[in-house]
Amino acid sequence: MQYAILAVEHDTDFAERTDEVRSGEYWASWAGYVAALRESGVLLHGAGLMPPETATTVRMRGGTLAVQDGPFAEAKEQLGGLFVIDVDDLDTALQWAARCPAAVHGSVEVRPVIPPMS
Amino acid sequence: MTYSTADEAVVAAHRASYGRLVGWLVRRTGDVQLAEDAVASAFAGALETWRSRGVPESTEAWLRVAARNAAVSALRRSAHTTNLDPESADQVFATEHDHRDEAIDDERLRLMLLCAHPAIDERVHAPLMLQVVLGIDAARIASVFLVPPSTMGQRLSRAKAKISAAGLRLRELEADELPARLDAVLRAIYAAYGLANPLHEEQTVDDDEMRAESIRLAETIVDLGGARHAEALGLLALLLLTESRRGARIVDGRFVPLTEHDVARWNAELRRRGDDTLRLAAALAAPGRFQLEAAISAVHSGRGDSGMTEWSSIIALYRGLLELHPSIGAAIGAAAALLEIGDVEQAQRMLDDLPAEAVGAHQPYWVCRARLAITQGDDAGRHAAAERAIGLTRHPAVRRHLIETIGP
Repeated sequence: MQYAILAVEHDTDFAERTDEVRSGEYWASWAGYVAALRESGVLLHGAGLMPPETATTVRMRGGTLAVQDGPFAEAKEQLGGLFVIDVDDLDTALQWAARCPAAVHGSVEVRPVIPPMS
Repeated sequence: MTYSTADEAVVAAHRASYGRLVGWLVRRTGDVQLAEDAVASAFAGALETWRSRGVPESTEAWLRVAARNAAVSALRRSAHTTNLDPESADQVFATEHDHRDEAIDDERLRLMLLCAHPAIDERVHAPLMLQVVLGIDAARIASVFLVPPSTMGQRLSRAKAKISAAGLRLRELEADELPARLDAVLRAIYAAYGLANPLHEEQTVDDDEMRAESIRLAETIVDLGGARHAEALGLLALLLLTESRRGARIVDGRFVPLTEHDVARWNAELRRRGDDTLRLAAALAAPGRFQLEAAISAVHSGRGDSGMTEWSSIIALYRGLLELHPSIGAAIGAAAALLEIGDVEQAQRMLDDLPAEAVGAHQPYWVCRARLAITQGDDAGRHAAAERAIGLTRHPAVRRHLIETIGP
């Protein structure tokens, strides 16, 4: 089964990325997590995302295109990265979610991936 | 009568009587769900009635009558829908004159033995016991076992349906089936406390109350005849000793490994009880896996008196454990102890012998691998193992500790 692990990070996580004191631990946690996913052979794809202020959001409403600075919604927690993993069951996917560094201050959402349409 | 007195009495009665009441009803009806519902409705009634009319002298007797009435009405309702004789609902309790078992409190033990029945999926034994014997709700159990609450709810309902459908009953076990069933109960309590791997304390359950309740279950077993069963004593000793060091694990938000614990933070009373219990077990001269794990734990605690860890004893005990009850966790414990005394070669052999597929996502294995690589001056090996150990860690304080000590 394929599951998406959506790492939703808190404002403080995004701040840690460039914090002089804390960035070392922040990046070491993520490097470890990605290495563990990869070396365990469960990782299919993954991407870390630049912080939400770098986002641009596009909406088409009534034929009119609206382009907006920032993420789709203002919130304390924003998507910080995502992984698609292939594991036996949801129990195993949740084990991986629990290890995700984003779980500490933010939240980690696990969702089954839609199987390929034939 | 103030609200809080009544509420406190309900909480105390829940703690003392819940499992006994459910066990009593399960024995008579064979239906776990019905028994739980009846007991829940008795407690709901108690909350209301005791607030307005005061707390009865014997809260359990009051609850027993209320639960019985609720069970009888439920049986009548189901008799109605299944066209059975409504009178049969009353028959279930017709022979109930014997309150002898109230004193010996064996309903709860029998209920535990039922929850650990071989016909029920072993993974559900511990959750089922936490719910049926202690009345802990499915959502909280789900968090501890890291499954979605809906899934945990389904697993529990399926297990209860199986108990009713397969006609599993609370009964006296034959002498030859008791030891195996008791072992299943002990394994479930061990899992409920969170010791999925021997002595890897960072993996124990964070939920304080859940750990306390697991210890209470182990105590119940010992009180109800388990005192003749060395492994029941061994498990209780292991839980008490592990719990006694809990206060030294996380200090000011930072994780402290067992070998560096400030021994002044250990709970002397729990440790004493653990040591005493282990001595009682040893006197029965029937060694087993839980006793050996408890003995390893006791040797670690011995540092509290001598200031030193007796690594040679720990290694000998792990060797015994590996012979009696081989596991990945025991092999890693042995390898870590061998590293402590500088026997790098044997430690490496111990780790190399473990099957790769079994250790891929096993956090303690990668921690030990990184320590081994550090001893060998292999920085590339350290980096790879440390990175993986960090990525497999759940607890943020443990993760920080690993980043600071072995990696990245």
